[in-house]
Amino acid sequence: MADRDLLFKALADPGRRKLLDRLHAHDGQTLGELCQHLAMTRQGVTQHLALLEGANLVVVHWRGREKLHFLNPVPLQEIYERWIRKFEKPRLRALSDLKHRLEEGDDPQPPRRRPS
Amino acid sequence: MSAANRSQFIYVTYIRTTPEKLWAALTDAEFMKQYWFGMHCESQWTAGAPWQLVSGDGEIFDAGEIIEADPPRRLVIRWQHQNRPELKAEGNSLCTMELEPAGAAVKLSITHSIEREPSKLIEAVSGGWPKILSNLKSLLETGSIALLDAYRQSTTQP
Repeated sequence: MADRDLLFKALADPGRRKLLDRLHAHDGQTLGELCQHLAMTRQGVTQHLALLEGANLVVVHWRGREKLHFLNPVPLQEIYERWIRKFEKPRLRALSDLKHRLEEGDDPQPPRRRPS
Repeated sequence: MSAANRSQFIYVTYIRTTPEKLWAALTDAEFMKQYWFGMHCESQWTAGAPWQLVSGDGEIFDAGEIIEADPPRRLVIRWQHQNRPELKAEGNSLCTMELEPAGAAVKLSITHSIEREPSKLIEAVSGGWPKILSNLKSLLETGSIALLDAYRQSTTQP
């Protein structure tokens, strides 16, 4: 069962983020394919993949005898909703206020709420 | 992609609910509208039954057939896009939903694949699924959804 701590721990490592990028570019790769062009040992990649799997960021699917790795973006969507979306809204509102203020020039305006 | 001529993605989420409730959430049109941004599926949900994904204003976006229905474990849908000609031209895709108990939760895996590479359909639907699953999880676990406007920027459903 993946939890948030595992998820952030999994994302904290540049090598693991690189693996996610490689799966994003090309989903459904074998271990051998993932090891190509990476400055990591096969054992290192295996360990990183296990951690990513534990965090539910990578899902394994067997196709015949091939073990394929897929990027699972669902936990990232949950991070977006929990940690990004609610913070970006006030910023966007502040930017929009600023744009209005600058574009309206010296039109008399009631004092605006300070952007949060 | 190591298997030639196939595009596929797998999305997995763990939802604190029972397989029966999750199955109902995946097959009940009214409930579906709450997490699928107003869209819903119409089907009898038995093997061989027709299946459609319908928008809030009644437009049929995707259509096909139930290939397998094993409640509350496994659902396989033959899925063809109807709305955009270039996606419709790609033909049938296959959407598999698998529900497995995992402790106090249910593991929901959605696999969507088509026998061509690259696929505009797979690319288009892949943007929608994480939002739908995230909403579904939130709705079943907390009773409310997180996102109301999934399609503001995405190209197509789901």
